[in-house]
Parts: sequence; structure tokens; C-alpha cells
Amino acid sequence: MNQFPILSLMLLVPLAGSVACLFSGAKAARQIALATTLFNLALGVWLWSQYQVGGDRWQFQENVALFAGFSWKLGIDGIALLLIELSVFLMPICVLASHSVDKRVGEYMAAFLLMETLMIGVFAAQDLFLFYIMFEAGLIPMYLIIGIWGGADRIYASYKFFLYTLLGSVLMLIAMMWMVNEAGTTDIPTLMEYNFAPEAQTWLWLAFFASFAVKMPMWPVHTWLPDAHVQAPTAGSIILAGVLLKMGGYGFIRFSLPMFPEASAQFAPLIFGLSMVAVVVTSLIALVQNDMKKLIAYSSVAHMGIVTIGLFAFNQQGLEGAMIVMLSHGLVAGALFLCVGIIYDRLHTREIDRYGGLSINMPKYALFFMLFTMAAVGLPGTAGFVGEFLSLTGIYQVSSWVAFVCGTGIILGAAYMLYLYRRVAFGEQKNADAAAMPDLDKRELAMVVALALPVLWMGVYPESFLAPMRNDIAMLDARVARAKPQGDAQLKVGAPAAKPAAGHGEHKSEAQAPEAHGGAH
Amino acid sequence: MDWSHSFRLAAPEELLTIASLVLLIMSAWMRGKGAARLVTWLAAGAIAVAGGISAIDLCAGASGPGTLAFSGLFAANALAAFAKVLIAFAAVATLLVAPQYFSRYAAYRAEYPVLVVLAVLGMGLMVSATNFMTLYIGLELNSLASYVLAAFLKNDDRSAEAGLKYFVLGSLASGMLLFGISLVYGFTGAIDFVAVGQALTGTMPTGAVFGLVFVLVGLAFKISAAPFHMWTPDVYEGAPTPVTAFFASAPKVAAMVLTMIVALQAFGTQIEAWRPIVIFAALTSIIWGAVGAIGQTSIKRLLAYSSINNVGFMLIGLAAGTAQGASAMLVYLAIYVPMTVGGFITVLMLKDEKGNPVDDIRDIAGLSRHRKVLAACLMMVMFSLAGIPPLFGFWGKFVVFQAAVQAGFFSLAAVGIAASVIGAFYYIKVVKIMYFDEPAMKATGKSDWIHQAILAVCALAISPLGYLASKALAEWSGAAIASLLPMGV
Repeated sequence: MNQFPILSLMLLVPLAGSVACLFSGAKAARQIALATTLFNLALGVWLWSQYQVGGDRWQFQENVALFAGFSWKLGIDGIALLLIELSVFLMPICVLASHSVDKRVGEYMAAFLLMETLMIGVFAAQDLFLFYIMFEAGLIPMYLIIGIWGGADRIYASYKFFLYTLLGSVLMLIAMMWMVNEAGTTDIPTLMEYNFAPEAQTWLWLAFFASFAVKMPMWPVHTWLPDAHVQAPTAGSIILAGVLLKMGGYGFIRFSLPMFPEASAQFAPLIFGLSMVAVVVTSLIALVQNDMKKLIAYSSVAHMGIVTIGLFAFNQQGLEGAMIVMLSHGLVAGALFLCVGIIYDRLHTREIDRYGGLSINMPKYALFFMLFTMAAVGLPGTAGFVGEFLSLTGIYQVSSWVAFVCGTGIILGAAYMLYLYRRVAFGEQKNADAAAMPDLDKRELAMVVALALPVLWMGVYPESFLAPMRNDIAMLDARVARAKPQGDAQLKVGAPAAKPAAGHGEHKSEAQAPEAHGGAH
Repeated sequence: MDWSHSFRLAAPEELLTIASLVLLIMSAWMRGKGAARLVTWLAAGAIAVAGGISAIDLCAGASGPGTLAFSGLFAANALAAFAKVLIAFAAVATLLVAPQYFSRYAAYRAEYPVLVVLAVLGMGLMVSATNFMTLYIGLELNSLASYVLAAFLKNDDRSAEAGLKYFVLGSLASGMLLFGISLVYGFTGAIDFVAVGQALTGTMPTGAVFGLVFVLVGLAFKISAAPFHMWTPDVYEGAPTPVTAFFASAPKVAAMVLTMIVALQAFGTQIEAWRPIVIFAALTSIIWGAVGAIGQTSIKRLLAYSSINNVGFMLIGLAAGTAQGASAMLVYLAIYVPMTVGGFITVLMLKDEKGNPVDDIRDIAGLSRHRKVLAACLMMVMFSLAGIPPLFGFWGKFVVFQAAVQAGFFSLAAVGIAASVIGAFYYIKVVKIMYFDEPAMKATGKSDWIHQAILAVCALAISPLGYLASKALAEWSGAAIASLLPMGV
């Protein structure tokens, strides 16, 4: 307890930067924002270096009873650590990517820095209501970012984003109040161990689901996402895809699963159904998009479908896979939005047909765009592969049908991403203005290289990212084990060959299980 | 009963009585331009001192028989003190901005602050009431002063209309209240709240039920809860803006606290009888206040609907019928006052070059470009009214809904909070107009330092820093409710 309050500092630094930006001119605001986010990144690196893998479950804990009814309680485990790292890593890139923003720069940077505080707050909060406040407060800066700096339909998109997510969240608040009333504490670690009555869990789970499903977003409440993405400025899209979408997954992993294991098992078929639809349907929708950002937005929904099936697979591979998909999607989708933003800055259109043959005049760009495309497809050696592979392995143990359908989604994913890449980077240079675009400058190169390195790192040596959260995932797995649904592929223990067939019937416990589907023998 | 003790307990009211009389004489005899301003500052000073005396009572957590003055007709307990501090703050804030507003119409007169002092005196009596007689005297003193205030801009038709409307409907409400009181008195033989509560145990006689309903209806008029809210948008729109700001804050606190006292003390043994009424009023107010606001183009009307909406949320705390629910109402009120005062001060600060007030919502388009700080304050007020964290308005809704959940009313809480999303729509619409739209460059006029100072105080109170006060608020509101209901509910 007496250690240095690093988490509070990481929350306060961007907040202070945000206030400073609000009252500065454009140039100063850019510098302040970049300095602040880089400083926070340095703090993040220090945080990771100080985090003891295999140490206490909750580290860097702080607890000050500042408020009535809840307290300023922070602390992280491996899962939260990685998501915080993702946030602080993406923020300087967002600031750099906002080079083309030229109206109201001070307010713009202030909104982003406020967003950073709130995102870190969501992942670091250990008090239920502190979490809710941070979770919900993100609506305000995001509403302003989409509404002020967005594109043509920004107002519709901002309304949709705000009202959808608000409606999802308020019911969760009532559920939280009920839980606190029942358990007598607002402490998240305690609540994660608390056993709510299974009947109550059903309702609580649904209330939380209403919020997380919208944030995630899951089909059919995903419709705000393409609108918000298309209209948000590049940096807004990066943050939205990179970190905000992870709040839904984080919510499932931190709240729904450990707090309501029985209800999670009960509703797992619902999640599987929605995820399967999401993976296939949104992939098909992505296939016919003409707008690059919309295409990537729909692919995000599909990837989030992989996350949800991994989470509700109730086993270690699935959970780890879901986490890795979240991290890799944060990097890859962020990078793809950045790639779109780079050419958008030059040509001011997101229409795929207006580009073509970019590999000729923008070879460096085409190289990195290719890397991120492959990562989104899930090519081995990139971050996307590790997460998708683990998730599908996890779900395969539960249901081979779900694994099959979601596997189809991966193929469709390859289809729409490669089709996008072909139309943008290959082919003839049919548009003169697109053909005249200059290649990446130093700033842009720095951003894409910064994103490419962890994508490869995570793909080649995922252990660095799996190690910090392994114990936490194992504890979560143990926590939900009692409600674990039975898989559809049961291994049948055969009789030893030497013995006569009569002994077969004695292995009742395993052999009575339903006949195996799929082919898991 | 020791008279000196009684006089000490009623010190804020005595101070205000003397102040109102002295100021009235001053206003009659003093001549010259500065007279009205001097009287305003003196009146504000008197109200502030009265509030300060109450604050001492509040900090001491005054409760028990020692707080009863004048043979039990008047209570100076922590609850009354809590309400009086809020009333004093709201009254001072809205009084100080009045001279500048009225000076445009050359209509500022020293009677205005005197009327405000009298209204505050009436409110003090309302929240200190221990029986229906004190209640009624306080209510009427407040109402009569308010009718005149609404019509203060006597050359303006809309102000006169607002005054008349307020008077007619207010009298109707007072009549109903009085009728209800007489029925309650007839069936219980008591006008003291505690005695009425003791007499009303068990099954209520039909006549007493009628009495209860009429009393609640009369009070619902005063707090402008739906379906008795019809007068609110018209009066708020027509009345001069400083008066509207006053109406939306101080009398709301007094009437709300009074409703709570009557419901929990006089009818505290019949919670089941009035709960459906309060739940109905709460949900109707929330939904009507939200839906009605959507089509409005006048900012003042919009804020009027918003106040109806907020009353609905406070009534959810009352519907819980627990001490926790009551203290949640007080916390909500304490947050509501700076929120609504801040909102109206911003409206007052929206002026064109010549100083004409800007009230059309389209005229504040793009305000954030040329009036950065003002727009930011109005945005904070709007998000706070919508109950979006991390602004402090969220905390008010939070405690109220938590009280409802703890009392077991999940569906009420769920419906209420879901309806708050409808309200969020028009609050964010205002933000959209200020921040997303192209500037209309209408509201370019500047305001004096008083407006800015009051707005700064209000904005600070509803900012996330407000959460640091949540502990103190919980403690004070808890003490206040303990002084009302020493036994609990």
C-alpha cells in the first residue's frame, strides 16, 4: 500500500494535459498532447517492468475512501495490465495521426487526453461504481469527437453512439446496485468471489449483457459502430477500435464470467448464436462495402464475434485466445484505420474505387498495408493468427459446429481483406490523382513501424503477452469450472485391446455421454 | 416553553422578518439610482446570514425536542437547516443577477429584493413546519410573494400572463391543499404532523384517504410534478429570467422538503397508501418531462421541462419510503440547486450585442466557437442534468436509484433509469447545437462579474470535483433525516 501510486499518476497525467490543451493554441496543444501521451507511455512501460508475473493477483493497489458509497480503489491484474498497455501505446499514435485536424485543435487534444484517462480508469478501477463512472464518462468525449470532428453524417452517428451505449449501460447500473446491496461491498475482487444465487444471476447477467453487448458490439446491436467509425476522425477510429471496443470484452471477462458463472453457462448458447451470426453476416457485409472504413468497421464486429466465443468457451485456450484477439485487433484494426487515414489525408475520400495501384507510387505504404491486412486475416507469424487459433481451439472443445461456422468467418475475413487490398494496392492506376500521391513521410512511417513491431512480436513470440495474464486466466477458468457446459465432442474411452469386449460397459461415466459429433477422437 | 430559546431557534426567520420590514421602509424612502442596488445587496446579505445561522444548526446536527420552538409549532432541526442553506444559496445567487436583467427594461425597483426576502421567509417556515398550520402560512407567504415576482415586469404581457397563471393555478392548488388538510383534521382531530401520524395507524377512513390525496395533489402542484405540472413551462417562460431561476431552485427545495416531511411524518404510518400515487407522479414526471422537452425551441421552456423531469427522479427517492430514500432526495436537491441555478445563469448570460436576451435554442448554435467557457459551462449543466458521469448530476440520480433498489423497487428503478435515456436525448441536443452546428453569432454580449462568479461556483459544484463533497453531503443529509425521523420509518 505504501508504494508509489503509479496508477493514479497515469490517470492524472493525461487529465492535467487535457486541461492544459483546452487553454492552448493549436501548435502548443499538439506538443502538450504528444508529450503527455509519451510520458504516459513511459509510465506504462515502467508499470509493465514492475509488474511481477506470477506475483500477487492484484498489484499496484491503491485505496482511498474519498467518496460516499464507493472509494478510489485501483489495482490491476495481468488482464488489465495488457489492456492499459494497449491504451497508452495507441494514444501517441492517435495524437500523431491527428496531424490533418486543423479546427479546434486544443479541444480535440483535450478530448483525446480525457479519453485516455477514462480508458485507463476503466481497466484499473477496482470499485464497482468507480468502474461505472469511468465506463460511462467516456461517452462525453467520444460524443464530442464524433460530433465535432467527424464527417458528413457525424450528427446522426454521434446521437446513435451516445443513446445506444447509454441505454445499454443504465440497466447495468441498476444491476450493480442490486449486487452491492446483496453482497454488501463495492470491491470488485470480492465480488468476483461472491456467489450470487443462480436465479438472480440470470437477471444480473442480462443487465450486464445489455451494456457490454452494445459496447462490444455484438450483432444485432452493432449498428452504431459502422456509423461512428465512418464519421469519426482517424484518431477517433483508432481509439474506438483499439480500446473502446475492448471495454465490452473486458466487461465480460471481469464481470459476467467470474461473477455470474452459472448464468454465463446458461446463456452461452445465446452468445454462440449471436457470435456465429456476427462472424458470418458482418463478414459478408464487409465483402460488399465500397467505403474502406465501413469495411474495417464490419470486420471489427466479426473479430469481436471471435472474442465472445473464445470468452464463453469456458476453458483456458478460449479465454487466452479472446484476450490475444482483443489485443491484436486493437493493434491491427487501429493500424488499418491509420492506413485508411493516411490515404484519406491525401485524397479526401474513403471510396475504394477512387484508389488503385498504390503499390506502384506508394511502395512503403503498400508494404505495411499488406502486413496489417495479413495480420487481420490471421496469417501465422502475425498477431491475428495466435488469437484466432487459440479461440477456435478453445471453442472446438465445446462445440465443433460453432468452431466450424466461425472458421468459415475466418475464410470470409481473408476474402474481404484481400479483396480490399487488391482493389487499393494492386491493379492499374486508373485514377490520376491517386497515382500522384506521395509515399509515406517520416511521421507516417514512424506510426506504422511502431504498430508493425508489436504485431509481429505478438505473432512470433506471444509468450510475452500470455505470461502476465496466465495466472489470472487460470484463476478465472477455475472460477467458472463449476458451471462449465459439457462439450459436444466427448472422448470415448475405449477398452484396452488385450481385454475381452465384455469389460467395455464398466466405463460408465464417460461412455454414457452423448455420441460424439464432429471428429474429436 | 422558554421564549428566549424559541427566539434563538427561529433566529433566521426573525432576521429575515426584520430585514424585510426595514428594507421595505428603505425602499419607500430612499431615492436615487443606487437605492435599489443597495437594497439588493442588503437583502442578499440578510439571506446569506440567515443561511449561515442555519448552517451552524446543520453542522451541529440539531435534532430532538430541543429543536422545537413556540410550543412545538416550529422546528429548527437539521433537516430544516439543510433546506434553508440550499434555499439561501439559491436565493442569493438569483437575487444578485436580477438588477442587471431588469435595468435593461428600466424596471428594477427595490421592492424586488424585499419580495424575495419575504418568499425566503415563507420557505423557511415551510421547511420548519411541524403542523399543517405552519405549513400553510409558510406556503402562502412564499406563494403570494412569488405571484408578484412572476409579474414583476409589469409592462411585458408575457410576464403579466405568467403572474396571473401562476396566481390562478397556485390558488387552486392551495385550495385543494387546504381542503385536504381540513379532511385530515376532521378525521384525525389533529394538525400536528406527529399526532396525525399516530392517529392514522391501521386502516384509514375513506375521508382521510381523500384528505391525503388532496394534500398530495396540492403539494404536487407546488413541486410541479406531473400530471400537475401544466403551469410550469408557461410560468417559467413568461416570468423574467432571474425570477424563473429563483422559482426553479429555492421554492422547489422548500416544496420538495415539505412534501417529504408531510409524507414521512404526517402520513408516515400510511406509506402503502401514498406510495402508488408518488410512484405514478414520479414516472409520469420523468417521462413527461423528457418527452415534452424534445420539441421545445425556448431554452427556458426546455429547462422548465427539465425541472419537471428532475422532480420525478427526486420522487423516486420518496417512493422508496425509507430514511435512505429521504436522504437521497436531499442529496439530489443539494446537487439540483447548483445545476439549475448554473443553467439559468447561463441563460441570463446569453445576450446579443445590445443586451437583448437570447432565448431561442437555434440562436446559440456554434456557441462553443466564440464563447468557449460559457458553452463549456452549459455543456456541463446539460450532461449533469442528463445524469452522465463523471459530472456530479449523476450522483443525485445514483443515490436516489440506489435507495429505490435497496428498498426492493427494482422495476421502478429500471423503468425510471431507462426513461432517463429519453431525457438524455434533448440534453445532448443542446450540446449538439452549441458544439456541432455552425455559429449563429447571436449570443455575443458580455456579462458582469457577478454572473461569472456565480456560474463559476455552480460549475465547480457540478464538476467531478463535486464527488469530493459526496461524503459530507451523505453525512449532512443523514443527520437531517435523523432529525426528522429519529425512529426511522
